[in-house]
Order: sequence, then structure tokens, then C-alpha cells
Amino acid sequence: MRLKRKDILTIEELSREEIEMILSTAESLREVSEREIKKVPTLRGRTVINLFYEASTRTRTSFEIAAKRMSADAVNISVSTSSVVKGETIKDTAKNLEAMRPDCIVVRHAAAGVPMMLAANLACSVINAGDGAHEHPSQALLDMLTVRGRLGALEGIKVAIIGDIAHSRVARSNIYGFTRMGANVVVAGPPTMMPPGIEALGCVVAPDVDTAIKGADVVMMLRIQLERQKDAFFPAAREYSRFYGLDEARVRLAKKGVVILHPGPINRGVEISSEVADGPYSLILDQVTNGVAVRMALFYLLLGAVREDAA
Amino acid sequence: MNRLVIKGGRVLDPAAGLDAVCNIYVMAGRIASIKPVKDDTTELLPGAPGLDIIDATGMLVIPGMIDCHTHLREPGYEYKETIATGAAAAASGGFTAVMCMANTKPVNDSESVTRYILKQAASTGVKVMPIGALTFGHKGERLAEMGELKAAGCVAVSDDGVPVACASIMRRGLEYSRQFNLTVISHAEDISLVGAGVMNEGAVSTRLGLPGIPNAAEDVIIARDISLAELSGGRLHLAHVSTAGGVALIRAAKARGVKVTAEATPHHLTLTDEAVAGYNTFAKMNPPLRTKADCEALIAGVADGTIDCIATDHAPQSVIEKDVEFATAANGIIGLETAFSVIYGLVEAGAFSLTTAVAAMTANPAKAFGLASGALRVGSAADIAIIDLEKTWTVEPSELKSKSKNTPWAGKELKARVMKTIADGKVIFQRA
Repeated sequence: MRLKRKDILTIEELSREEIEMILSTAESLREVSEREIKKVPTLRGRTVINLFYEASTRTRTSFEIAAKRMSADAVNISVSTSSVVKGETIKDTAKNLEAMRPDCIVVRHAAAGVPMMLAANLACSVINAGDGAHEHPSQALLDMLTVRGRLGALEGIKVAIIGDIAHSRVARSNIYGFTRMGANVVVAGPPTMMPPGIEALGCVVAPDVDTAIKGADVVMMLRIQLERQKDAFFPAAREYSRFYGLDEARVRLAKKGVVILHPGPINRGVEISSEVADGPYSLILDQVTNGVAVRMALFYLLLGAVREDAA
Repeated sequence: MNRLVIKGGRVLDPAAGLDAVCNIYVMAGRIASIKPVKDDTTELLPGAPGLDIIDATGMLVIPGMIDCHTHLREPGYEYKETIATGAAAAASGGFTAVMCMANTKPVNDSESVTRYILKQAASTGVKVMPIGALTFGHKGERLAEMGELKAAGCVAVSDDGVPVACASIMRRGLEYSRQFNLTVISHAEDISLVGAGVMNEGAVSTRLGLPGIPNAAEDVIIARDISLAELSGGRLHLAHVSTAGGVALIRAAKARGVKVTAEATPHHLTLTDEAVAGYNTFAKMNPPLRTKADCEALIAGVADGTIDCIATDHAPQSVIEKDVEFATAANGIIGLETAFSVIYGLVEAGAFSLTTAVAAMTANPAKAFGLASGALRVGSAADIAIIDLEKTWTVEPSELKSKSKNTPWAGKELKARVMKTIADGKVIFQRA
């Protein structure tokens, strides 16, 4: 079994069948991480390069562990953007890496579109690990996997995504993903962080957080970048927490048994209270565990066996 | 004495209100007479020494076009374009005069830079008309020496490429320029509203996850500069208007008699922000490509005269600037060689008349900047473009004269092709 595509760049371009395939594969691979010997030989001899132009601990580690559990060789490259300004272009860097014959390059970059640019220029597979405010497909896949694991199905459920929608690639990928799987997605956040035309992605914009959360099966809180205060996106963390944060009172507006998600890292006491983050509805750590499984599935479906279209 | 006759073409000169099949007689680089073919009894002796005859039957013959907004990049960025290659691109696009912006390195804020540009241009055959800086070094802090710039040959002043952030500097510039009868060209952009924006703000920027630039970033400065033109009595020209709001502001200002003119580019008239999809850096410009509603408002503005000029904003960029991630790519596209054809596409689609289009690229820029070009007057320089309106062609970047190849029309089929360009009675470009 293999995906009929070279790259995973966006959720926007994935069909429902492809998402189903990735999620089921991830479910079957999840068990590998529970073994005493956490490794399968499937991708032995394959090389994965994690090319990260943006600081990341969780995502980079998750991709690395996923590659290693599949027996692929993983190499991490962290490039600080400042050295790139003076040095070679990202395309040249990628071309040089490709000359070392990797099977897959996992790329994260602060500029939207970079993974597409690389995919168009490289023969190896490219996985988008987050590009600017555009997409973060593996995050949306692990979120869907987490929700499916708890609720059983995604069809017809209500998903509320709260916070800085404008700057969030997690929000965009999740709006595409959940709606493609038949869920209803509602977004809410400060008007300064609600991008124009977001409805075109398939979601509904709620007038306030309480309306968004009311009756929701899933509440996904986005991380608020505290530095955005200085660009006047919001006045203060205190005010943000009061009007846009998730506390126990707001959780009670949601459906009983609601699933609380957060892509991390969390700002305790700002967008999410500690009680909620550590509470019974929070699946924040399950998300991290599922992240490894989803990335193992992506590697497997891109690099394992012979691609059908390549036969 | 050299004589040239352009025979039998459809001569369209909006300045003279002429649209008829005529013979144009040129002597010593100047137009000697223009005679309707039906009344012309002149007998020509083909092969007579010193007599050239161009058969323009079936062709459109117009005054050599004026581009009032070109970046020639020399001095300083010769790897993108030189005055020679830019002039060659102009000639191949039917332009016999280009007004070149001052954002070179060094900035054209002194007589010596202006003279250098004119010296480099002298042998090209194209009338290169430098635009001087409005402020010294384009820093927006103190006014450039406009009197000296004018004396050296500058035809207007502008900080184009960099908006004039300080309203008071803009006010003084508009006031002071009156002394020298120079038009101030405004690149209307509020930098604080642009922020990190790299494309039009709207549904497309949201989908692509790119930071947006709202229309308001342009509108507020157009409103400001119109107010300052009113206050100062200076002549204001608004460069590359891209928004429906801007068109409305200019229309209202003209109605109450403000001395304001405006230009729109072929790309802002025809392309929308959808062209950015796929992170196409050839669709990255400043101001950004907007929406269909903005295109329509600009077209209506050209049709009713609110937008006086069509200007290319020819902005050569090399692969070094364009073959990179969208956010860091440089702004701008080349436009001299595609301008007429792209605009003719709008004429064919019924957006506005051919006369309106030609006026916007000949008589109107001449009027806005007080230039002697842009008309077929007896006694004036014989600057003429001959165009085959029926000829379709595919834009092949390697065939373009410009040193840079950053065009969003690469591979696109366009109609109407410039066949010959004549400046001062000499053929400076002809297509095989």
C-alpha cells in the first residue's frame, strides 16, 4: 500500500480516501511504539533528512523518532534563517542535499510555499513540517487521529478552533482536514487575528468564543504568540485569557465528553488554564504520541514498497 | 536629406483626433506632412536616393508610445537591466520615450547621475527621460535639489519604490516643485499598514497563508496626497494605482479641480491575486495584484479618464531575486514588451476603445508631464510605432530584449504585435 503521490505538502490537496489511508496506517503502526523493542525493519536503508529552518523541538523530534522506529536513517539539519540570508538559497541547499540521495526531505520554513518550491525541484519525497502560516499537514493528521481514537468517527462532529487563526498553519490544515472528513468546523478569536475569507476554507466564523464552543465535540486551542502584543493584535495576555482562553467554565459549554486539543507548546494560564490542560478531557499528550504514529505512517506510505504510479 | 514615407496605414493619433488611413511623410527626422490616402496625389519614385518607403497597409500607426514609469536599473543594478537593454526592450514594445525612475544606485538625486543616464541613453535612439528623486537619497528626509535636476534634464520627481512616509515632506515637495513646473509622482503606500505583507490581503492570502496588504494601505496615502496637492497647488501624479478606492478618490479629486493625474499598469488592469497561487513570484509586485473588483474599477477609470495613463512599471529582476521563497522575492515584473498587446486584449474585450488605450500611452502622459512627444504633429519628431493588430504571438522569455525575464505572461498567447518602431525618423526596431 502506498500513496499515489510523491509528497505530502498540504491537507488541502488530500482526498478523504487518502486521509483515511494515512489514519488507518497510523493506527496500525501505533502499537510499534508500545513494544519493548520499538522498531520495525520496514524502511531499512532509506534516508530521511529533517531540514528545519525554524526552531522546533517537538515536531523535529517526532519526525526523527518516527523515521528511526521505521529503521530509516534520519539526519537533522537546523538552519538558522540569518545565515541563509547571506548564504545559499534554499533551493541550492536542497539540491545539495539531494545530491546525497536521501529518500525524503522533511522541511519546515517560516515562509509559506517553501515545501512546494522544493517538491517541484527535487526528485525525492518532500513532507511539509510547517510552512509559514500556510499548512502543517502532519499536525492536522495527528489531530484527526487523536479525535477519531476518542470519538470513533469524525463525520458530523463539531470542531471549534480558537485563537490566532490568521497566523496559524495548524488552523488551516485542520479546517481542511476535519471538513473533508465530514466534520463541522467553527473558528473564533480576536477580530485582529481572524483572516479575511477564512470561510472559503470550509469553516464558519463564530462571533465569540462561547458561541464557538457551545455544543462542540472538539475544542482546539491555538498557541498565542505573546510577541504579537507589540504589533497590537491584542492588548495583553490577561485580557486575552479572559475573553479567548479556555477555562473550566467554558469547557462546560461544550458537549459532555468533549475532546480538548492543543498543538503545543502551551502557554499555561493564557490560552488554556492548567486545570483544563491537565484535566480529564485534555488529549494534549495523546496528540504527541499520535504524532509519532502519523509520521511513521507518512514515511511508510511515501517510501515503503513500490509506489503504484511508479510501477 | 533623408526622407521616409509610411504608406497606407491606419493612423491613429488621439492628440490630433485623427483616425484615418494616411500617408506620413517624414523629412530629416521630423514629420513633414500627414495626408489621407484618398486625397494624396503625391507621386513617389520608389528607389529614389534617400527615400525610404514603409508599406503600412493593414497596420495600425500610432505615435511612439511613452512609458511614464520604467525602471532601467542603471546605474547600480546593471545585472538586472542596463539603459541599453531597457531601451531595446522599449523600442521592441513600441515605446520611443521612457521616463526612468530614480531608484538606482546611487539614487538619481543629483545632476551627475542624471547626466550619466542621459549619456548612456544617447546612442539608444529611445528618448530616456529621467525622473529625479523627490528626497535626497530616497530617504524621505530632505528635498532633493529639484532645480538642478530639472536643469540637468529630469522631467518629474519621485521617490518611487519607497513611499514618502512623512506628510510634511510630501507637502513641501509638492509646494517646491511648483517653482520648476515638475510633477511629483507618488508611490502611495502606508508602510505601517503594509507591515510584513507580501500580497493582496483577502481570501487568497488567507488560503496561501501569506501576510496581506490591505487596499487601505494605498487608499489612505492617495487620500493624503490628494489633500496635500490641494493644499499646495502642486501637480501630483499617482503611480500604479491598484485599488477601487483609489480610483474613486482620484475621480472625486478631479471633479473638484485638483491637479492630479494617475496611471495604472497592464498587470493591475488584467491580473488578480489569484495569479499568486502556487507561490508564483512573477505575480509578486508592489502594489500587489488585487481582486477582480479592483481590476474592473481600474478599467472603468481608464475608460472615463480618471486614470490618465497606462504605464508599465517595468521592473527587471534577475533570478537571484525571483527564484526564491515568495516572502523574500523582490517585487515587480518587466512590462515594456508586452504592454501594448496586453492592453489590446482589453480593447478586444470591450473594456475601452482603442483610441482611449493609445491616448493613455501617448497623448496623456505627454500632457501630464509636459513632454513634446506623444503626438504626430507636423514639425515634431517622427516618433512612430507600427503595429499589426491581427498578429498573435506567444511570449517567449528568451526572445525578449530585456535583460531580465520576469514576466507573468511567459508562454501566454497575446494579440497585436509591434512590427516597427521609429524614433526621430529612424527605424530603431523592426521585427523580422
